[in-house]
Amino acid sequence: MTHSLPQTEGLDESVLVERAKSGETAAFTELVRRYDKKIFRMAKQITQSDEDAEDVLQEALFKAYKHLDDFQGNSKFYTWIVRIAVNEALMKLRKRKSDRTVSLDEEIDTGEETVTREIAVWDGDPEQRYSQEELRVILDNAIQSLKPSFRTVFVLRDVEELSTEETADTLGLSIPAVKSRLLRARLELREKLTRMFKKKGEDAFAYL
Amino acid sequence: MLTCKDLLSELNTFLDDTADPNLRQELQRHVNECPNCWVIVDTTQKTLKVYKGMQAQEIPPGIESRVMKALERKIAADKASSGA
Ligand SMILES: [Zn+2]
Repeated sequence: MTHSLPQTEGLDESVLVERAKSGETAAFTELVRRYDKKIFRMAKQITQSDEDAEDVLQEALFKAYKHLDDFQGNSKFYTWIVRIAVNEALMKLRKRKSDRTVSLDEEIDTGEETVTREIAVWDGDPEQRYSQEELRVILDNAIQSLKPSFRTVFVLRDVEELSTEETADTLGLSIPAVKSRLLRARLELREKLTRMFKKKGEDAFAYL
Repeated sequence: MLTCKDLLSELNTFLDDTADPNLRQELQRHVNECPNCWVIVDTTQKTLKVYKGMQAQEIPPGIESRVMKALERKIAADKASSGA
C-alpha cells in the first residue's frame, strides 16, 4: 500500500525537493520514501536496535521536514538527510548508555599491531560459501563488537560511502581522527572475519 | 625500505588509492615481497567488499508504514498549528 500520489512517482529528485519546499506533503513523503530503508539500516547499525532505529528514522524524517528550507541542493539530498539521522542515532546512543559514556572524540588507542594477529587467507568467496542470511549474521556480529566510535565511522565511510570530509563533518571529528578510526575499524573487522573465513576454518563455527 | 609497520599505517591510503605515486609504488613493492602484508591487504580488501555488497536489510514489517503514518500525522499537525 502506498500513500504517495501517482504524479509524484518517478519524478526527478530536484523537482520533488522544490515541490516539497513549496509545501506539498506528498512530494516530501515520496522523497523520503526513497531513502527510508537506507536510513533505517544505517540507524540500526549504529544503535544495534530495531526500536531505536525506528525512533531515529521517525525523528530524522520530521526534522528534515522542519528544516527543509536549509537544504540548499548543493549536496545530495541523501547526504543531507543521513547527516540528520546520524546525529539522531548518536543522541540515542548517548542517552541509552549514559552510564557508559559514549564519546566520539575520546582519546583512543588505535594501535594497529593488536589487531593483526590473524594472518590467513580466506577459503574462497564468502558470498559463494554462505547464504545472504548467514553472511548477514556474521557481518552484523562483527560490526556489533566494535566500539561505537569505530563502528560509526566504518558505517558512514565504508557502508554508506560518505567521504572522509563528510564523515568528519557529520561526526564533528577531525579528518585525522576519522582516518585513524577507520583504519582501526577495518583492521578489527578483517581480524574477526578472517577468524570465520580462513582456510581449514570449519571449526571456527564452534564460536557462533 | 618500508617496514610492515609503515605498510599498516598507510593501509587506507593504499586501499583507497589516495597515496601519492611514489609512496604507492613502494607500498606495492612491499606487498609483493612480504607474504604477511599481502595477506593483510588481500583480506582487508575482501572485508570491505563483503560489507559493501551487503544488501539493504528489509525494514521489519510494520515499521515503514508506522513511521510514514506518524510522519504524515506530524506534518498535518504542524501545518494546522502554523496556520498554513
Ligand atoms: Zn610486511
